[in-house]
Amino acid sequence: MISTIFLTFAKIGLFTFGGGLAMIPIIESICVEKKKWITHDEMMDVTVIAEATPGPIAINCATFVGYRKKGISGAIAATLGVVLPSFVILLLISLFLNRFLEIVWVANAFKGIRIAVGLMILDAGIQMIRKMKRERLPLVILGVSFTAMLLIDLFAWNFSSILLMLIAGGVSLAVYSVGGTRARKAGDGT
Amino acid sequence: MTYLELLLGFLIVGLFSFGGAYGAIPLIRDVVLAFGWLEEDALTDMIAVSESTPGPIMVNLATYVGSTQAGVPGAIVATTAVILPAFFIILLIMVLLRKVLNDPRVQAVLRGLKPCIIGIILATGLYMILKNGIEPAFRGDRDYLPLLMTAVLALVYWGPRKLWKKKMSPILLIVISAVFGVAVYGIT
Repeated sequence: MISTIFLTFAKIGLFTFGGGLAMIPIIESICVEKKKWITHDEMMDVTVIAEATPGPIAINCATFVGYRKKGISGAIAATLGVVLPSFVILLLISLFLNRFLEIVWVANAFKGIRIAVGLMILDAGIQMIRKMKRERLPLVILGVSFTAMLLIDLFAWNFSSILLMLIAGGVSLAVYSVGGTRARKAGDGT
Repeated sequence: MTYLELLLGFLIVGLFSFGGAYGAIPLIRDVVLAFGWLEEDALTDMIAVSESTPGPIMVNLATYVGSTQAGVPGAIVATTAVILPAFFIILLIMVLLRKVLNDPRVQAVLRGLKPCIIGIILATGLYMILKNGIEPAFRGDRDYLPLLMTAVLALVYWGPRKLWKKKMSPILLIVISAVFGVAVYGIT
């Protein structure tokens, strides 16, 4: 069983391109539809939990499915499985990439690729805005953190994106707490 | 010392990267540049490689950075560090705290984090385009070719989606951009 979990997730890790989000439909088709290790509803739960918790989405999903199927050892097997192919491939690439990049036409190819990477990241952000709720506070946080991060990058300011995230989380919590207190007070008054 | 830095740096990445790989890229940039592990250009190249190779992008980046800094042990340290927070948080949620995510205060924090991450992702993408595609046209040597490539790539990437609602895969875009790079700047 443990080795089946390991091999299944190694296969998922080996054949998913484009990161963890691309992995979700594949995990769904293998672990829900084919092997019936978890139910569709549980898969929806994982997706929500994976979005709400930090770390690679693939790891979140693998740990969840592995644990459901076989406890802690299942979680470890699934996580190691999903990581192993990338680990080996990138280790090999790291051995020769630098020499590879010294070849002139490869370096020229990467001049184009760098622009494509920017486009893809920008596009990922735009897709996320589309799915976002149009409420005032989130939009303000979005605008402020976008501007702040762009300035930080442009002027190479020494200010970490983690700090921005902590501030945003804190502000949102503060607004919620104040709003909650006000609502309760208004409730007392009537 | 390098091991400790790799462990610390990638624990931070694993712990603060909400929203999957794209949420992690700005953070990885921060950490990698702060520790001086890679130059900005090398990092962007690596992001492209991580996108074009299978598996979780964060794991790919961690393995690569770890390996270039401290060989195979470095790769193991960095990769373990980047996956540990996710692994334990999921176990914790499943074993003990299923309800934690429904707590209104936790929800409030997450509601603030999400738009902030989107803002950071947008800024990072835009900055990369500005730096690699737009800025060369305003430098001393006035290289307009990147600007041209940016316009064509944006058209190729977003055009088909507007016209036929078909999304181009990132790998295809990377291949096309590589061909453009070679076509524009030549083989030698």
